[in-house]
Amino acid sequence: MTITNIHVINQDSAYDFYVNKLGFNLVDDIPMGPDTRWLTVSPPGQPELQLVLFPVKVSKMFPKETAETLISLIKQGIFGCGVLTCNDIFATYEELVAKGVEFIKPPTKEFYGTEALFKDDSGNYFSLQPQNNFGNENNL
Amino acid sequence: MSSKQEFTYPKIYLYRRIVQSKIFIDNNYARNIDLDNISDEAFFSKFHFIRLFKNVYGKTPHQYLKTIRIENAKKLLKDGQSVSEVCFLVGFDSLSSFSGLFKRIVGQPASVYAAMHKQNKAMMIKMPLAFVPGCYAYQHGWLENSNFEETDH
Repeated sequence: MTITNIHVINQDSAYDFYVNKLGFNLVDDIPMGPDTRWLTVSPPGQPELQLVLFPVKVSKMFPKETAETLISLIKQGIFGCGVLTCNDIFATYEELVAKGVEFIKPPTKEFYGTEALFKDDSGNYFSLQPQNNFGNENNL
Repeated sequence: MSSKQEFTYPKIYLYRRIVQSKIFIDNNYARNIDLDNISDEAFFSKFHFIRLFKNVYGKTPHQYLKTIRIENAKKLLKDGQSVSEVCFLVGFDSLSSFSGLFKRIVGQPASVYAAMHKQNKAMMIKMPLAFVPGCYAYQHGWLENSNFEETDH
């Protein structure tokens, strides 16, 4: 897979979240009209994977009712966008909290490993897990 | 929800100090900082600090500082700044040190990297659809916009 979507409500605040808070790398930011742009980011260390920060707005693709429904579902936190793995879940948690990221669940031992959940600026959520999930996830 | 106040885990205070030192490097990479500054910020002895930092981030603080300087250099070069400007903007005091490290980490000279991105930027302005998969362009209605030059793909 080389390109996938994250549906966002506002591209400006999504840029701030993914680039400035999560530390994703900006790949393309190309104006494509007065109020939209081709905006893609990639996770650190994975330049081959582009995430399109895909705006949900009334357009050819999203008729008015569809756009409103989708925006409502995103804000309700219905959509999980995947799992992000990190070297140290406690350090990553502390850094993201310091940067203002909202966590739904702090790092918690579950039967499937240690996991935290956080939301992006639109309401999409991600699972955060350590790379070595069944080892000792506390590196200090 | 105040998860930071309610939630705790083993060695939470050590973690917070290490993370704060990493954030300190992130925010001050362009300054003439050294390990003594950084370990002082974290209230550790220098050697204890290096060990803990490496356990968490896989790099010593010095290695991490070099990485962050080069990452920021890449962004500035993409924005069109010259190699010599960028060298000093990210905290190097020698163009040869910067150039050597950049090539070692990025795999190409800074001047080549800058030239490549300058060319890319010009293409993005002239032919933005060249950078967008056709399916996305179609879904957004961008193919109908006569302001965009179409590509052959």
